Amino acid sequence: MSLAIALAGNPNSGKTTLFNTLTGARQHVGNYPGVIVEKKQGICTSRAGQFNVVDLLGTYSLSAYSLEEVVARDFLVNESPSMIVNIVDASNLERNLYLSVQFMELGIPVCVALNMMDVAQKRGIRIDIDRLSQLLNVPVVPTIARSGEGKTQLLETIAAQIAGNKEVVPLKISYGMDIDVALDEMEGIIRSDKFLTGIYPARWTALKYLENDQQIIGLGKKKNPEVDACLLSVVKRVTRHLDATLGTHPEGMIADQRYGFIHSILKQNVVTYAQDPNRLQQSDRIDQFVTNRFAGPVIMVAILMGLYHFTFTYGAIPMGWFEAFFGWLGSVAEGALPDGLLKSLVISGIIDGVGGVLGFVPLIMFMFLGISFLEDSGYLARMAYMLDRVFRTFGLHGSSVMAFIVSGGIAGGCAVPGVMATRTLKSPKERLATLLTVPFMNCGAKLPVFVLLVAAFFSENKALAMLAITLVSWVGALLVARLLRSTLIRGEATPFVMELPPYRLPTLKGLLIHTWERTWQYVKKAGTVILGISILLWAMMTFPGLDLDQKQVFEMKRIKLAQGMTATPLEEIKTAEPAALSPGDLSVKQGLVQIDMQEAQAGLKNSFAGRMGVGLEGVSKFAGFDWRTNIALLGGFVAKEVVVSTLGTAYSLGQVDPEETGSLSERLSTAEGWGPLTAVSLIIFTIFYAPCFVTVVCIAKEAGSWKWAAFSVIFNTALAFGLSVAVYQIGSLIMS
Amino acid sequence: MATIKLREMQVNQAGVIVSVKGTGELGRRIRDMGLVPGKQIKVQGKAPLLDPVCLRIMGFTLTLRNNEADYILVEVN
Ligand SMILES: Nc1nc2c(ncn2[C@@H]2O[C@H](COP(=O)(O)OP(=O)(O)O)[C@@H](O)[C@H]2O)c(=O)[nH]1
Repeated sequence: MSLAIALAGNPNSGKTTLFNTLTGARQHVGNYPGVIVEKKQGICTSRAGQFNVVDLLGTYSLSAYSLEEVVARDFLVNESPSMIVNIVDASNLERNLYLSVQFMELGIPVCVALNMMDVAQKRGIRIDIDRLSQLLNVPVVPTIARSGEGKTQLLETIAAQIAGNKEVVPLKISYGMDIDVALDEMEGIIRSDKFLTGIYPARWTALKYLENDQQIIGLGKKKNPEVDACLLSVVKRVTRHLDATLGTHPEGMIADQRYGFIHSILKQNVVTYAQDPNRLQQSDRIDQFVTNRFAGPVIMVAILMGLYHFTFTYGAIPMGWFEAFFGWLGSVAEGALPDGLLKSLVISGIIDGVGGVLGFVPLIMFMFLGISFLEDSGYLARMAYMLDRVFRTFGLHGSSVMAFIVSGGIAGGCAVPGVMATRTLKSPKERLATLLTVPFMNCGAKLPVFVLLVAAFFSENKALAMLAITLVSWVGALLVARLLRSTLIRGEATPFVMELPPYRLPTLKGLLIHTWERTWQYVKKAGTVILGISILLWAMMTFPGLDLDQKQVFEMKRIKLAQGMTATPLEEIKTAEPAALSPGDLSVKQGLVQIDMQEAQAGLKNSFAGRMGVGLEGVSKFAGFDWRTNIALLGGFVAKEVVVSTLGTAYSLGQVDPEETGSLSERLSTAEGWGPLTAVSLIIFTIFYAPCFVTVVCIAKEAGSWKWAAFSVIFNTALAFGLSVAVYQIGSLIMS
Repeated sequence: MATIKLREMQVNQAGVIVSVKGTGELGRRIRDMGLVPGKQIKVQGKAPLLDPVCLRIMGFTLTLRNNEADYILVEVN
């Protein structure tokens, strides 16, 4: 039988490292039912027995203010694991024990893994482990999670403790006279009415009432409104009393006394310092330079550029392999399948779809490798610290910068890994606002659209135009974030009380596990949806196509073209190399290509997407877009670079390669209805309108709801349209 | 000896926390990190735009915004 144990500890205490050491690669990530909080589980087999390890939570406290903490509390109470393994950073004992104390108050079996013993030793911190264990009345095992030291002893201790089956009594601390008296009174009421006693220890419930814990109070209200009212009246009395006599309130008092309790334990010769504990560590000396007012921002820019370069330059290499592979697969299918719908489905629907899903994998891997490095090393926290002032103005968080940069804050990123990069944000509102606005950045797929339009209409000021585009997208994204944070995602900024952990060199194993986990999640969760949508979109751009009569028209054109020009069969001309043809045949071949392109254009116009494009012309003309642009923009929902190739088809130029847009930009610069103003309007629209559907799927997964995904499609498109119309109409007025 | 707001402390200035106002989530988060009366703190630095501040307490480094620091009164020399 395997025993369930849960890991919990402060952030940066080494919890993930210990989890990896215990479970190795035998872990999987799921969700707690009904919420988006991740549940990481793994199996640990050892001589001491088999354990089912749950990575429970990394937090400083056990309040009801974050979803994670509530979920963890519910888990502890409802699933009652055999043991909670509390990872405590030995080099930071006093603060880490604050969480331990709260576990003990809850009366669940706790075993302390006193981690980072090597760091503590290096800093001259000596800990009397037996004494600590005795005073806390829980087992304490020293560990070094990074090297695996202490693992065996930890598991043996846990096994022995569980086998011993000792009854656990909730820890009783004195929180000061006034509160203690109130607690006794409330405990009495709770016991006699059996109020929630089936779930929580009586004194704990009372304590939570005093702490104004909304989850427990809400539960109590539902369970028994009378007892609830009675308890609340006691709370009110104490609150008033404390306010009058000490100028404080129960919640503050309780926290103070918890720290007081910890301090009194440590004072009993549990910890001795060989040096001043506040002495500057090596890490602080690095910080004096790295977060310096002047050097700090410069270094940060360099690091961000480095991360960007790393992701997109090196990530592009395996991405190229993937593309080449799927290109090859496509050409195999091209040769093996007969012309027709099946072929089109296999190539444009399935192969391109799967290729589309997997094409992002190298980017995601490289990005998470880079971000994990910055996160594990401790630099990410410094970045948030330095940028907080700027991003807070827009209702975001200092850590948001990473997601913006990856999405294309430096033109050429990708919103898919960008949206996923918001994982590092711990504050839910700031995170949501970030992941909804990062798609406004100029990802690599939007660039060909800009390059095309700039080349056609602003060829004298290319660099300036591109810079302006980047600025517009940043300003737009930040302003929209501000707007969202004061409307739909309204609310106070999440407190920025944050630890700057000491700099540490990350372990390769930790980085790889983290990267693999994220990448696999993307493939598994987003992959299937993306493939499905890709086929759907293919169908929209293909069906119903041309009917027989219409096809006949093009067929007639071909025959007419050949008449009197050549005796060679058309099939032969089509497949032959141009060099092998006589000049007459060559011109026939060119004529045939023209007809093919016209047919493709007609087919596109007649498809569902085409009909939508035509139908929307009545509205889109206010922004200066005709049906061709509309279809192209609809195609952009597949991937932004498709805008270019679809425009090519719509202008009967065949599928234009997004890398080679010369012919198309020439065509546009002389096309009817096109001018600099139309170009600006289309650029604005491209920056702001609905993200590509891969990004939309990722938004749904990261925000935990399709509602936000739908929002990003509808809101962004409406915003883009509004801006484009404004630009086009005002521009037309000025120019006329 | 003088009692001032944490926001008003200079870089490298040290002091002892006298009181922590603030309730709800912010108050809770401040206290959870060990910012409670009686603790020694030292301002370690300020961010490039002078907000947030970075301070040392119980042997670790903590950051908080100026408007959050306003809830904390410190006794300094
Ligand atoms: N020196 C040392 N470093 C450790 C130890 N345990 C973890 N680390 C490092 O501490 C950092 C944070 O660890 P992590 O497991 O990510 O912390 P978590 O936030 O609690 O999950 C990583 O760089 C680890 O390599 C340890 O016992 N000694």
